[in-house]
Amino acid sequence: MDFNTLVERVVHDTTQVSLWLFAPELVLCVTIVLLLFVRLFNADRFIPTYWMALLGALVSFMFSLTQFYQLRTEVLDSSTFFTGLLVFDQFTAFFRLFLSLFLTFVVALTVLSGIPDEEDGPDFYALLLGSTIGMMLMTSANHLLMLFLAVEMTSVPSYAMVGFLKGRKLSSEAALKYVVYGAGAAGVMLYGLSLIGGLLGTANLPEMADRINMIVSGEAGMSDATVRTLMLAALMVLVGVAFKLSIVPFHFWCPDAFEGASAEVAGFLSVASKGAAFALLVRFCLALIGDPSGASLSNMYVSLGIGIGVIAAVTATFGNLAAYAQTNIKRLLAYSTIAHAGYMLMAVGALLVILNAPADSGINVHTEAIRCIEGLLYYLFVYMFMNLGAFAVVALIRNEIFSEEISDYAGLSQQAPALCICMAIFMFSLTGLPPLGGFFAKLVIFASLFKAGTVHWSMWAILAIGGLNTVFSLFYYIRVLKAMFIAPATEQSKRVAVPTIASAYIITVSVPVVLLGIAIQGLSQTAQDVANVILP
Amino acid sequence: MSLSPTFLLTAIIFTPALGALFLAFFNKKAVEPMRMTALVFTVVTFMLTLFLLNDFSAAEPGIQPVQEDGTRGVSHVWIESWNINYQLGYDGISVPLVLLTSFICMLAMLASWSIEKQVKGYLILYLLLETGMLGVFLALDFFLFYVFWEVMLLPMYFLIGIWGGPRKEYAAIKFFLYTLAGSILMLIAMLMFYFGSSNLPGGSSFDILALTQIGQGNVAGITFDRTVQITAFILLFIGFAIKVPTFPFHTWLPDAHVEAPTPISMILAGVLLKMGGYGILRIAFPICPVGAQYAAYALVVIGAVSIIYGAFAALAQTDFKRLVAYSSVSHMGYVLLGIAVWKIGEDSAAVGRDYWLMGMNGAMFQMLAHGVSSAGMFFMVGVIYDRVHHRDLNQFGGLAGLMPVYTGLAAGIFFAGLGLPGLCGFIGEVFVILSAWNYSPVLAIIAASGVILTAGYILWTIQRVYLGPEYKGPHAEAIVPMNYREMTVGAILLVFAIILGIYPESMFGIMRESMAYLVQSLDQGYQNYAAAVQSTSEAISGILK
Repeated sequence: MDFNTLVERVVHDTTQVSLWLFAPELVLCVTIVLLLFVRLFNADRFIPTYWMALLGALVSFMFSLTQFYQLRTEVLDSSTFFTGLLVFDQFTAFFRLFLSLFLTFVVALTVLSGIPDEEDGPDFYALLLGSTIGMMLMTSANHLLMLFLAVEMTSVPSYAMVGFLKGRKLSSEAALKYVVYGAGAAGVMLYGLSLIGGLLGTANLPEMADRINMIVSGEAGMSDATVRTLMLAALMVLVGVAFKLSIVPFHFWCPDAFEGASAEVAGFLSVASKGAAFALLVRFCLALIGDPSGASLSNMYVSLGIGIGVIAAVTATFGNLAAYAQTNIKRLLAYSTIAHAGYMLMAVGALLVILNAPADSGINVHTEAIRCIEGLLYYLFVYMFMNLGAFAVVALIRNEIFSEEISDYAGLSQQAPALCICMAIFMFSLTGLPPLGGFFAKLVIFASLFKAGTVHWSMWAILAIGGLNTVFSLFYYIRVLKAMFIAPATEQSKRVAVPTIASAYIITVSVPVVLLGIAIQGLSQTAQDVANVILP
Repeated sequence: MSLSPTFLLTAIIFTPALGALFLAFFNKKAVEPMRMTALVFTVVTFMLTLFLLNDFSAAEPGIQPVQEDGTRGVSHVWIESWNINYQLGYDGISVPLVLLTSFICMLAMLASWSIEKQVKGYLILYLLLETGMLGVFLALDFFLFYVFWEVMLLPMYFLIGIWGGPRKEYAAIKFFLYTLAGSILMLIAMLMFYFGSSNLPGGSSFDILALTQIGQGNVAGITFDRTVQITAFILLFIGFAIKVPTFPFHTWLPDAHVEAPTPISMILAGVLLKMGGYGILRIAFPICPVGAQYAAYALVVIGAVSIIYGAFAALAQTDFKRLVAYSSVSHMGYVLLGIAVWKIGEDSAAVGRDYWLMGMNGAMFQMLAHGVSSAGMFFMVGVIYDRVHHRDLNQFGGLAGLMPVYTGLAAGIFFAGLGLPGLCGFIGEVFVILSAWNYSPVLAIIAASGVILTAGYILWTIQRVYLGPEYKGPHAEAIVPMNYREMTVGAILLVFAIILGIYPESMFGIMRESMAYLVQSLDQGYQNYAAAVQSTSEAISGILK
């Protein structure tokens, strides 16, 4: 094959195939460039930059929707693109849809809440969109190198966004903390990736499982040096992901970063980066296992699954207990975010355990594995609305009363009833009470844990802890509502007049939270189909 | 007039919710129109439940309506991928409770005129609460049941938390946490059933009727084995016992009842507590007969302890409302006792099944009677509290002279709670205690002695509050006779307490066949299980030989 053919092929592959599949990201890239150009030529005085960002996010969403629809109707097939570095399937499309929809909502929120101001608009939206592109890449990574690049591309703009409120000391401190932790985690992750690449001789995710079966013979355990190294490497990669997910013990950055950052940024980070990281985690785990019936390391993977489950239980418990003591609403929500990452991680633990169930366990591995992923996807989707909603309420109230202390919310329900009722919906959904979306999401995850318990009893213990946590969590969520609805307004309370459009926005976000708890079938079925595609 | 069953049942459940939605568009200053609207919606709901009573056939023991193809209840697909249905139905157990719910809600709405703060929010939450309660009694899909069960929690939290007394925040959160903890246990049991029924033709199911058939061993090839039944029963029982509430899960009740505003106390005592008993009758016992039989002795003991403990605790109270709250614990003990007196003999068939049936009937009647009498007692406390703003028993006295009508009505209602023959409280208690004798004479004697304690605290209360020479407490000037609205509520409750007392057949007639069927099927279910164990062990010993 001479050089010209090679180039031709690459060009053909890029222009004819890849670029269309890459369209949602591409739209965001173009928007970023435009944003920067607008700034360069001082045109941002005439065109408000948020309109450009909003338009870019919307177009990206439309492309994602089209592609998802095409995949569902089998106009498009799953494939890899950019010479196998990225993969395009329903899972990718689902998460692109998720991320671009979320991006649209976040940009709309920033328009309403006025952070960033006109001056900083182009910079902020460039960072926001750039970070989203990184997240989209995370969900479609098919190669260890891509995986790392995507994680970094997500992280670097996030650091800057956390420190975006330049004048505030707290904000700079938060950004610095985030950077230092992030760099450390990235280093560990990169080392793990290099170990895997070196051991297996490939960095392609789909080839990993076969290579592992090749180099590990029969019933190898921890006594085998190769297995040991492999497990160490896998753990190191998980550390990197755990940092993004703010899993205990890699969660320390989270409350500080959220407190320092503006509520809009915190809302964005708490949902989007979690969603992307979970997509990555699922892809990585599935690549590691490959075809479960042929995996020679089944026992190791079951242990890994239990380990993840235990960490998830610890994370949920820690998040919920730590949230008790918080007086700042953003810190409280930060700890709640940690707890929710714990619940969602439980689904991943259950997935690993179920996929590697021994043949005589009598469960239908495929059906049950689908349930685990369905739980995760449903949870993320509901979580997007309920968490964004909560942060949005915080942002809008901050604009009115200039405070983020829970005690300052006293008596708010009289002055801004719509906002407070929506906040109640978000809080109850976060607790997991029917008839709200958070309940069904939690039920699916609990159901998959219950089923995983038939493979290994420890999953039942984790289920019990998860249930207990639900009761714990009620206590602090309701504290916020107590301040809003029950506590009488104090003398110092400021007059609050939330603009109608802001209330309309919050109501728009709260509608899906309620709907997803009643009209469940659509998303449940979609999530099952998506899960069906990526499972072996 | 005949309505399609789906429409009628849906209308009963969601009419109050519709009212809540309607009220959302009112100006919050239009207090009186909003109250009237809310009252109209509760009355309409009550009318609809009367239609239900009209459609109900007392001779049919199982779930109604029976479709042409023989399936029971109405069912529509809700979440297909999980095999969850919007499934509703009613039988002789749920119909009286549905009637009680809409009836008490209507009266409590009349009593809600005393609420003057944030009326709009109050009425909306009140109507949502009614939707949740009616949904619980009519749902036949476990998932749907669970959803309604929780739906009722959210308004309740705010109703106690915003409109309650001085310690309202503590009481509201305590109520919420207790119930949520119970719900989580129920959720786990629900998952056990769901995955345990995966061999059904249609796949795993939350259908309570199908699960009941499996649990009673009537479905070939699928059973819930002993361990599953016992575990699930304990989980469910704790969940429901918190709601009943029985000792030792009762500690939320005095706080919640005392702090709640009067109408909400009426609903709490009159309806919410019944949901625990209903859950035991509809879900815990039918699906887990083996677990229920295993735990029967413990349940009877818990019931007896609740009776005595509640009565002693009531004797010790100086707060009028707290006394009534503890009397609820005591009275609901009879319910548990009556349900659980299931004695089996060597051949695993029930011994003296008719006594057990009598206990069940008594328990069910006790729920209804307590629904009327306790709602009445809380209302009576509320009437005097609205006037003098304190509830200290030692500072009352002499009300009989100042408020003669009130005193007359209150005395009637309190005697109904006491269990005076001719009033509603008597029937249930007698049935339960008689049936308990068959189970264990000792426990029957203990339970019966509770009646004396009850008489003690109620008579003592009447003496301290209504008798005596004169009222010496604070706000003596505010004591005025009852107005017509209050009189209406009190009189209606007393009338029903008397009707139930002298003509218990009015309720027994509705529930008799369903109760007999329940007892018979539980007995049969346990025997099926024992026979299966027997044949397995015979097969094993055959192989060994």
